[in-house]
Order: sequence, then structure tokens, then C-alpha cells
Amino acid sequence: MATTATETHAAMAPRPFRVARRERETADTWTLELEPVQGDPLQVAPGQFTMLYAFGVGEVPISVSGEPGGPLVHTVRAVGAVTEAICAAGEETILGVRGPMGNAWPLGTGGDVVVVAGGIGLAPLRGVVYDLVRRRDAFGEAALLYGGRTPADLLYRDELERWREPLQVDVTVDAAEPGWEGKVGFVAKLVGSARFDPAAATAFVCGPEIMMRTSAEALLERGVPAERIFVSMERNMQCGVGLCGHCQLGPTLICRDGPVYRWDEVERLMAVREL
Amino acid sequence: METIDALLREVPVFRGLEPAQLELIAGCGSNVHFDQGAVLFREGDAADIFYLVRHGTVALETYVPARGPAMIETLQPGEVVGWSWLFPPYRWHFDARALTDLRATAFDGACLRGKADADPRLGYDLMSRFAQVLIERLQWTRLRLLDLYGHDGD
Repeated sequence: MATTATETHAAMAPRPFRVARRERETADTWTLELEPVQGDPLQVAPGQFTMLYAFGVGEVPISVSGEPGGPLVHTVRAVGAVTEAICAAGEETILGVRGPMGNAWPLGTGGDVVVVAGGIGLAPLRGVVYDLVRRRDAFGEAALLYGGRTPADLLYRDELERWREPLQVDVTVDAAEPGWEGKVGFVAKLVGSARFDPAAATAFVCGPEIMMRTSAEALLERGVPAERIFVSMERNMQCGVGLCGHCQLGPTLICRDGPVYRWDEVERLMAVREL
Repeated sequence: METIDALLREVPVFRGLEPAQLELIAGCGSNVHFDQGAVLFREGDAADIFYLVRHGTVALETYVPARGPAMIETLQPGEVVGWSWLFPPYRWHFDARALTDLRATAFDGACLRGKADADPRLGYDLMSRFAQVLIERLQWTRLRLLDLYGHDGD
């Protein structure tokens, strides 16, 4: 679809948003709720992202992590100069927002659902989980399989406990700490023991690429068709609107065509080292 | 209660074995129960048994001086606990503890080794299946060693 110069200009200009609330998730990860300084709130869908701008520092793509139809919420991990500045932004701080950008997870209308998240990859899937909980009767089995680095690195710990009643929640860590009485092991291993009917299941997977690949392989081994496994890709997104090409993955631009893809669309591309 | 034969047919490690082989293996098994927190075996002890988890979770641990027990991995229903019974010197390399109330099937290692010695086809099948368990555990461990959830930078 052709984009006019005016539309492009509008897409490249950040809107000022105020930090309305902030909550510490882990030692290096914060969840921020943002509200527009002026105008209507953003309409965002789980899976989409915005370009979040710490003025004077820089801009990064961050997935939305709030409730569908709710305020703009981002969970940000401080891993560099920009994300450190965003995580340090106190209430009332003004941040720039471009977007929302990209496509959304294809929220289902029934059947079984398996959500597999690794590390900060739970943030882009949090909206899917909210939707599952809110429309629980619309689905059959619903499983959230979540793996973190250590127990201290797990996100949304209070919500994980609350989600255990409506959903199968299985949490594992790569490395335990003293006192941890939960599971230890790689998250993809949880796929083998989750309750769901592979023939009726849709899977949503987000995390580091190797984690997504091994999780997809485990789902395929259980019998989930490749076209019903969805992953969220991450590359060096800069313009966010398909102009600069930094996020190109073979024939696709992740900011424009993704970040959510069917597994059979990206499996081959993910295996190409040069990409 | 499900018979041991029926259990063996369902678990990945024994799936596809012939009924006669399953019967031989089942003959070395008995159902057991452990309360939460019970120790199944300790590092350095003689490894003359292995377990198939039916319900519950088992933690593999090692004791780190000045730190205490460190949990290395957890094992779930359908998984095997212990392969040291199959390889000399038949000693456990880790502790195993029931993280929850645990129901399992315990298999007598000496009994199985005897049947494997008498029936090399069974021995080969057992060895190749436990090798597969070892490979899978190694692959999962390698992935954890990558520290995939560490920092990548902006």
C-alpha cells in the first residue's frame, strides 16, 4: 500500500506521553503505564510494539504488555543507554511514542491455547494471557509455560499466581536460587507435559530465537501444525514503518510485516546464519 | 491403578518396545510413593535402581560446600530419574529429592542388567533408549548454559 509523505512524516514524529504509573518487576525491569499528554489514547493490540523515545538519549522498539483495550503499558528491561533511561523515567516524565506498529497475535476464538514465553518474552504475550483469562470459557485447555533465567528474574509474579486458577501455569528457571522449590530446566521441555490437544491447539511463542526454535520443535513433536504456531520476531527495528530496512529478514521487513509470524513462514529464514 | 506394563507403553523412553520386552522390564519394577521432601537417593551411594515418575516432581541436587544444596534440574511425570544404574561404577552423581508428593515406579537395576546380559537385543534397546535420555538432558543443559535470557544491549 502506498504511503504518502504526510503519513510518513506523521509516523516518524513521536507523540509525547506521560509516565502515569511505574512498577518494578525485577532488578532491571520496569513496567510503565503511559498516557498521552494530549489527544486520544493509543489503540493497541497484543503483539504490537511502539517506538519508545527517551528524549536526548534515543529510541527503541518495545512490545506492548497491557490489557487489550486498556492503557498503553510497556515492560522494559534496562540493557543499554536507552532502556536504562526509560526504566529510570519517574512518574510524570515525558517519553515519546511512535506507533502502534506491526501486527498482532491472532487471538483465537476457541480450541486449546499454549503460550510459551522465555525471559522478557512474557511481556509481549501478557496481553494474550489477559485475553485467555477474560474469555476463559471460549477456550478448551489453556496453558502458560514460562521460563526465566533465575527465580529473581521472573516477571509478573503476583499475576502468575493468580493465573494458576484459570490456566495451567508451569514455570521453570534455568538456574535455581536457594529456597526455590519450583522447576529447573529449559522452558521448551515443559511443552512435553502440558495438557492440550495438539490437533486443536494454537501456540504463541516469544523469547530468544533459540528458545523459540526449540519450543516450536517441541510443539511440532507433540503434533501442533506449523501453521498454528506463532512466534514474535525481533531484529534491529529503527524506523518502524518499513522504510529503513534495518529489520529486514530475507523477503520480509519485521516492523511492517511482523513482528508476529507463523512458524512455517520464518522457520527457514531463522536457519540462515547470514540473516 | 495402572499396571506397570501399561505405564511403560505410554512413556517416551520405552515407547515402541515389543510387548515381551515391556513384560521383562515390568518384572523388575514396583510402584513406590515418597512424601514431599523425601530423599530418593544421595550422591555417592550405590546406584542400583532407577525411577519413572508417575505423578509429582523430582529435584536433582548437589551439595555445594558453604552454599548448601543446589538444584540442578527437575524431572516431571513420564521422565526417568537415574541412569547411573546402567554404567559402572554404579554410583549416584547427584541427590534426588521429591519436590512434591511423588508416585513413581522403581526399577531394580541389577535385575534389569541381568536380563539385558541374557538378552542382548533387550540390552541394546535399553542402552539406546537411555542414551537418548542422556542426549536430551545434555541438549537441554547446553541451552541453559547459553544464558539466553542474559543482556543483549539496546
